[in-house]
Amino acid sequence: MARYRENPEAIAALVRETEVHRDLFTDAELFELEMEHLFANVWVYVGHASQVPDAGDYYTTTVGDQPVVMVRQPDGAIRVLHNRCAHRGVKVVNESCGNTGKFFRCPYHAWTYRTDGTLLSVPLRKGYDPSVLESCEAARGMPSVGAVHVYRDFVFCRLNPQGVDFDTYFGEALSTLDNMIDRSPQGRLRVEGGVLRYLHHCNWKMLVDNQTDTCHPMVAHESSAGTAVRIWQEQGAPEGTPKPMAIEQFAPFMSSYEFFERMGIRVWDNGHGHTGVSDSIHAAYSPIPGYWEAMEAAYGRERAQRILGETRHNTILFPNVMVKGPIQTLRVFKPLAVDRTLVESWTFRLVGAPDQLLERTCTYNRLINAPTSMVGHDDLEMYERTQEALRSRATEWLNYARLYEPGEAARSNYVVNGTSEAQMRNQYRAWVRFMVAGMRQEVSS
Amino acid sequence: MSVTVSERDLVNLVYREAQLLDAGRFEDWLALFAEDGRYWMPLVPGQTERRLHTSLLDEDLLLLKIRVARLRNARTYSQQPPSRCHHLLQQPRVEARDDSAGTYRLHTAFHYLEYRRDEQTLFAGWATHDLVAVDGTLRIRLKRVDLLNCDAAHRNIQLLV
Repeated sequence: MARYRENPEAIAALVRETEVHRDLFTDAELFELEMEHLFANVWVYVGHASQVPDAGDYYTTTVGDQPVVMVRQPDGAIRVLHNRCAHRGVKVVNESCGNTGKFFRCPYHAWTYRTDGTLLSVPLRKGYDPSVLESCEAARGMPSVGAVHVYRDFVFCRLNPQGVDFDTYFGEALSTLDNMIDRSPQGRLRVEGGVLRYLHHCNWKMLVDNQTDTCHPMVAHESSAGTAVRIWQEQGAPEGTPKPMAIEQFAPFMSSYEFFERMGIRVWDNGHGHTGVSDSIHAAYSPIPGYWEAMEAAYGRERAQRILGETRHNTILFPNVMVKGPIQTLRVFKPLAVDRTLVESWTFRLVGAPDQLLERTCTYNRLINAPTSMVGHDDLEMYERTQEALRSRATEWLNYARLYEPGEAARSNYVVNGTSEAQMRNQYRAWVRFMVAGMRQEVSS
Repeated sequence: MSVTVSERDLVNLVYREAQLLDAGRFEDWLALFAEDGRYWMPLVPGQTERRLHTSLLDEDLLLLKIRVARLRNARTYSQQPPSRCHHLLQQPRVEARDDSAGTYRLHTAFHYLEYRRDEQTLFAGWATHDLVAVDGTLRIRLKRVDLLNCDAAHRNIQLLV
């Protein structure tokens, strides 16, 4: 029985000021509605322009549960098309990336499409009455998504043609992308280093929550980061020995509660926010030879200091992206089912910066985000235990009350204690807003 | 010092390595590595770049020690209950040997199973062992593991392939 479809009041009632109902993580109908409404109403990350540098280059992915293809046009623009043949529904583009030339060709019956998605040709066309075909939905070809916005090479789309505009939706949150891009002396990033793909048997929102959860590292990661610190100490390296890159990356996970409290969380509108306002676990890495010089030459001392002084830790671009500017990674939490999530961890080269920065980024990605990562194992265990135990009907609500302040929902762009769950509460308020946005209109019309 | 290393010595080391892992004797397994030993599991087929491309694993002895110590930690919740593993090796083949330098390379096709909490995963692949004779004893300088599905969307791989 449908409990939530066309019932925005019931959906809104699932999110209280300090509690969230377990159905958000376990209910298959709500998952379907997330795909139809939430992921269609908001701006979702598709990919990076450096993945499709030349005309005809494409990259296939999903937006929510929708198969799409991002493709570079002859005029240099980037389009995002629904990756579905207008004829019988075959996935037209199957490889994850490549170059299609001037057109896409469906491998089943050879219907072809221009790279803007319009229908180019149909074999044996005399078999169709032109006026009949023209009146069919298939005449639209491979439709474009509702809207595309390319922000400094980061490609986002909104599946729905109408809705919140890009700048209003992201607002101040774009400053995290700015800072990551500005860390390149040329102001340019390139996707490099490969992508890690990690399959989780849990709801996608658990991963989003985890990114600004600063009360778990010293507990859940004691086994990995804590062991790393201990074994390094046991090596008995002489005083002043520089820490290996891996130890430098593991050790800060064991920072104290007080450290995380001090580092702060900034909460933006529409579910976006970030940890690491005044400090972060990425702030104390060793300098990389030649990098500062390149930055100073490009930006001047003052601006370069400002760019590199930014300590942002994890930024949530709601609903399902996390960006780490200081180490140039972007993670996408792709929803597959109510209890299935594919985590993709991408890395970027700072164009014009020493190779060693990309090496540090790849090392971090491997140590922390890989399916072989000890830190990843720690986290996945918690998500999957949660997914299992939320079957319990004895307790209906998950708790998000830490450092709750009455009236906080009315605040905009504010900074709180770094162990606050304010950003998670912000995410769930946005979740309700964008879940029911179109629904209310449908219901009233 | 000239020590004759027989083909059987070389092949037996590869078998012994797998047996130690299957038996959960991780500390004894670590002792098979040379001081400068590494374990590398690439992320993409035919990967040659280690520094500027992400790998699934690329660990020196320090990182491997940490990994093994973690498996023994009382608060390693992802190993409660613990995983178990099984290696099935094809006959290792000596691909190259330089007796004067004391270096040897073996190639081994394998099936590897990892099991935990009702979930069993099968991996197939090829291992390349670069061995070195250190004071008359064979040690692993590099173990490279190429999984057939290295670039797949994996679940956890918690033990050592």
